[in-house]
Amino acid sequence: MQLDAKAPIGDARFQQVGTRPVRPDGVDKVTGRAKFGADQKLPGMLIGRVLRSPHAHARIRSIDASKAEALDGVKAVVTCADFPDIVSGEVMAVESDESLRDIVYNVMARGKVLYEGHAVAAVAATSATVARNALSLIDVDYEPLPHVTDVDAAMRPDAPILHEDMFTSGVEPTPDKPSNIARRLEITLGDVEQGFAEADFVVERDFKTEAAHQGYLEPQACLASFAEDGQAELWCCTQGHYSVRNACARLLGIDISKLRVTASEIGGGFGGKTTVFIEPVALALSRKAGRPVRLVMSRDEVFRATGPTSSTSMWVKAGVTKDGRITAGEAVLKYQGGAFAGSPVEWGAMSAFACYDLAHVKVVGYDVVANRPKAAAYRAPGSPMSAYAVESVVDELAAAIAMDPLELRLKNAAREGTQAAYGPKFGPNGLVATLEAARAHDHYQAPLGPGQGRGVASGFWFNFGGETCVSMNVAGDGTVTLSIGTPDIGGTRAAQCQIAAEELGIEYGQVRAIVADTSSLGYNDTTGGSRVAFAVGMATIQAARAIIEDLCGRAAKIWDISPDAVVWEAGAARPASPNAGDFDPLTLADFAKAAANTGGPIAGHSEINAEGAGISFGTHIADVEVDVETGRVSVTRYTVIQDAGKAIHPGYVEGQYQGGAVQGIGWALNEEYIYGEDGRLQNPGFLDYRIPVASDVPMIDTVIVEVPNPGHPYGVRGVGETPIVPPLAAVANAVKDATGVRMTTLPMSPPRVLQALDEAKDVPAEGGAEGSEG
Amino acid sequence: MRFEAPETLDAAVTLLRGETGLARPLAGGTDLLVQLRAGFVEPDLVVDLKRIPEMRHITAENGGFRIGAAVSGAELGEHPELKRSWPGVVEATELIGSTQIQGRASLGGNLCNASPAADSVPAMMAAEATVTVAGPDGRRDVPVEEIIAGPGKTSLARDEIVVAVNLPPRPAHSGDAYLRFIPRTEMDIAVVGVGVSLTLDDAGLCTHARVALGAVAATPILVPDAAAALIGTAVGEDALTRMAAAASAACRPIDDKRGTKVYRIKVAGVMARRAAELALDRARSRS
Amino acid sequence: MSRHVSTTVNGDAVDFLCEPEETLLDVLRDRLALTGSKEGCGSGDCGACSVMLDGRLVCSCLVLGPEAEGRDIETIEGMADGKGLHPLQRHFLEQAALQCGICTPGFLVAAKALLDRDPEPSETEVRYWLAGNLCRCTGYDKIVRAVLSAAAEMREA
Repeated sequence: MQLDAKAPIGDARFQQVGTRPVRPDGVDKVTGRAKFGADQKLPGMLIGRVLRSPHAHARIRSIDASKAEALDGVKAVVTCADFPDIVSGEVMAVESDESLRDIVYNVMARGKVLYEGHAVAAVAATSATVARNALSLIDVDYEPLPHVTDVDAAMRPDAPILHEDMFTSGVEPTPDKPSNIARRLEITLGDVEQGFAEADFVVERDFKTEAAHQGYLEPQACLASFAEDGQAELWCCTQGHYSVRNACARLLGIDISKLRVTASEIGGGFGGKTTVFIEPVALALSRKAGRPVRLVMSRDEVFRATGPTSSTSMWVKAGVTKDGRITAGEAVLKYQGGAFAGSPVEWGAMSAFACYDLAHVKVVGYDVVANRPKAAAYRAPGSPMSAYAVESVVDELAAAIAMDPLELRLKNAAREGTQAAYGPKFGPNGLVATLEAARAHDHYQAPLGPGQGRGVASGFWFNFGGETCVSMNVAGDGTVTLSIGTPDIGGTRAAQCQIAAEELGIEYGQVRAIVADTSSLGYNDTTGGSRVAFAVGMATIQAARAIIEDLCGRAAKIWDISPDAVVWEAGAARPASPNAGDFDPLTLADFAKAAANTGGPIAGHSEINAEGAGISFGTHIADVEVDVETGRVSVTRYTVIQDAGKAIHPGYVEGQYQGGAVQGIGWALNEEYIYGEDGRLQNPGFLDYRIPVASDVPMIDTVIVEVPNPGHPYGVRGVGETPIVPPLAAVANAVKDATGVRMTTLPMSPPRVLQALDEAKDVPAEGGAEGSEG
Repeated sequence: MRFEAPETLDAAVTLLRGETGLARPLAGGTDLLVQLRAGFVEPDLVVDLKRIPEMRHITAENGGFRIGAAVSGAELGEHPELKRSWPGVVEATELIGSTQIQGRASLGGNLCNASPAADSVPAMMAAEATVTVAGPDGRRDVPVEEIIAGPGKTSLARDEIVVAVNLPPRPAHSGDAYLRFIPRTEMDIAVVGVGVSLTLDDAGLCTHARVALGAVAATPILVPDAAAALIGTAVGEDALTRMAAAASAACRPIDDKRGTKVYRIKVAGVMARRAAELALDRARSRS
Repeated sequence: MSRHVSTTVNGDAVDFLCEPEETLLDVLRDRLALTGSKEGCGSGDCGACSVMLDGRLVCSCLVLGPEAEGRDIETIEGMADGKGLHPLQRHFLEQAALQCGICTPGFLVAAKALLDRDPEPSETEVRYWLAGNLCRCTGYDKIVRAVLSAAAEMREA
């Protein structure tokens, strides 16, 4: 069955797509009815708690849980002995290629603890108080080891080694000594030496960024229940209940089909809930105790022991001619991904120069481990950091040749046909459209007051497709139920109802979407990679068209004409032309009433591995005001301009733009993981891990650009991740404009800004860009 | 853990006196419950003070004010006379946490939690506030700066309760202000806090001043040198510069996750000047 | 040792048993099955547990269960009056002022507390009043707009 990419794209004949209906899960969420991870309970439920390492790096000599097990009210205790010792190779799910061996080691330490907060044991008890007391009765004999938390320090030859079997891959020959460098990668296009030789000005800079956390408001929470026959149920907040099912089944040693995972409503994820932390532990406790176990993380545990993103150390060099052609881009990116391999450095490397049409690019990336929690994805993983560095340097190139920063980007922007350094040639895309829209926007022309500055930056994310199933069923009255398999983190159910209604020609309110559990629907990759609107939308379209094809066939039988002579228009089957015959149209409701007599229940389904996802570019404009006596930076105005291909629900697209921008602003200004000399996290709470509050930010203006993605029938591109990519540089560029000072360390907290301002006063006007010969 | 909610001060004192284990008084709970939750304190007895009427009232008294130690920041902010006379004390209290915290947090709790960064304390110190302390031997009035003995420690006996904060009468041409530096706009603990109170004569010369700093030493501190820089002057540029320098010089801060030594010393001077300017403005506009 | 507490929740007389160290949030969620109030942090930094206590906006994670004795508690579950949604709830829906929705109950309770005392707040006043309610999904823009537009509608009524 063909998906017609030439079907009405950006066409005003869309009835549902492009409107702003109320989301179907909305009423439950504004009344408190909606059930999130910690809101479910079962009879006989126990409370689970996890014992975590106080040391950043230590050998576990022994664990004695006997006193805890003997405590009245304790029904089960688990340690690594209750989980399999997985040998390398297996992955959690094809799309994430997260090593199961690393996952099981992260879920419950064995042999060594690798970060403060690393799980060592867990208990299930009849109350939270008993559980807490039980933890204090577990004796763990630790032998503390030297630790390392900084990425540069972790790469030094004398650094404490986390994994004795880690030999850097991607290096010839493979080293014979273990190190903390899991991998070296290189992306090359052309010859950067040649490119730099062509430049009139070359800028190179070092950058450092601290680790950030996704900051979702809902701590990880789950309810596990193992029955006596080995069937298990898991209720959890997750972005991917199918991958959770895979991982948990493997870790518990049971058949996948024996475990049914139901995704609760999810209180934010942003990538941080695409893996497992406590779910296998809750299941193991439940199996041992013979009772359901609720396990909820505290906020402290979320910061210490879930998956923040990488801290980085980066170097970027770029060259430009006098008339504004960027001739070469080079970067070395060092990302630490916590205690296990898998930082997003490869994506950081691939996306670093993606906004530019360059003949010469070389990016070297290092995936480094350190005694910190295992990194998880955070919205466009790896891209915000490399974009911060590159976009800051591009800003300096513009200053070196006295060119407007948007003009320089326009002169060098990636366009349709541009060869990206990481492999593909880009299809049609909206980068130039966003740059032009930025230039024309009145934000860009608005006057600035004293102490204020303006910065711009662009950003990119790949977006993904992936394995997707949906099932669509028509009820006896012609209304429709749509079952999808991707948890709804941003308004998916609304968008899918719009798409279904659009295809079937019915009203939005006649479609109800639910997120099905793992037993009710086939495999779905996680909600992430900005893939849902694209891939699930594609599957929904296919399922609807399958229904339409079936019903046209039924009409053909009823009317005794050829199926080719039947069309579906405006919600009904009709004769294709007057020649076909004079028959009254048959609506979905008509067919539903007569279903039993015309072939039985009416349904459509689709199982795809979606391809053709469209890249999404964005350009941001940021205004800041800097208090030069205290170093405090305030964002006074902010505009997000991004290509959505086709916005199904503009309200939720705007919401993605605004939410991602504010996360980026927080990361730029105040968010950081602060470690002490002892390797312990000093700010595991919202008091001192400072995300933006409502009074910290202005309204975030948005412009939705639509350059259709030819790989999707409506032109849809994923939008969720790109918004977090430009803000770090946009704000840094604005601070430069306001103060003359280039901030090369994030976050730009007041003490850092004040120090930089003071240091700049002591130094004569700096060059920044060196002219080169010829 | 046991919980009691006595309805008289005597009953509260008796409960505290009689507890052999660890007892903790409870006002707004915005510090105690956080500490309970984190496992920093495990009291055997919690004594809720909020059902004791005199701890919940604001009374105009002797030209000044007597504020029950368990009165919430939100209630302080709704008292027009108090706001008019002591805008600095009120705004300091209102800076503590969020609107939700304001619904509960109290002067008594903020003081007795004894954080070096407590927001209301520099303002109370600048205002020359005293507190009324009730114990088994009766009541005594104590200057507020004598209550905090160290980080998290007070000079109170285990069976003593702060009952009220007393603010003195306000002469004409007086103004106070409290400013703090935080990295965001709300929700942070003060990196530096400054309370300034001053009084001008009819000619606009400063006859009286008090300056207190928070978050720059083990306890909030009075800075007599900073006050001296203002007294006898018209509080112009020079006086303010000297005052700011004195404020910076008085700091004995630490490096921690909220600020470095160097940063705090610098910003103390900046905030001191700004607080003094605000207090001056208020003094000039008040007859 | 469990205590017996008598209180009023959303207008109904309610009795419950609790341990003294349980917070009001624990009681609401685990004893009274009112799971609309959420625990985002347990330390008063996020506002997801916001409720009204005797007419004051508070974090229920910072109130002990026994403190509820004789008091009047209003939670998100009491906001729609049984006949329909409160204008704030409606405006949040119409203006897409929620994405994941976990912070939404806290924001609605806090916003209602604001509009009940100040029917015409400015944008800045709204932002500062709501500074104790964290949201990570929306960037606050649509939330602030929904509060302002609900206020405007309520002023017409």
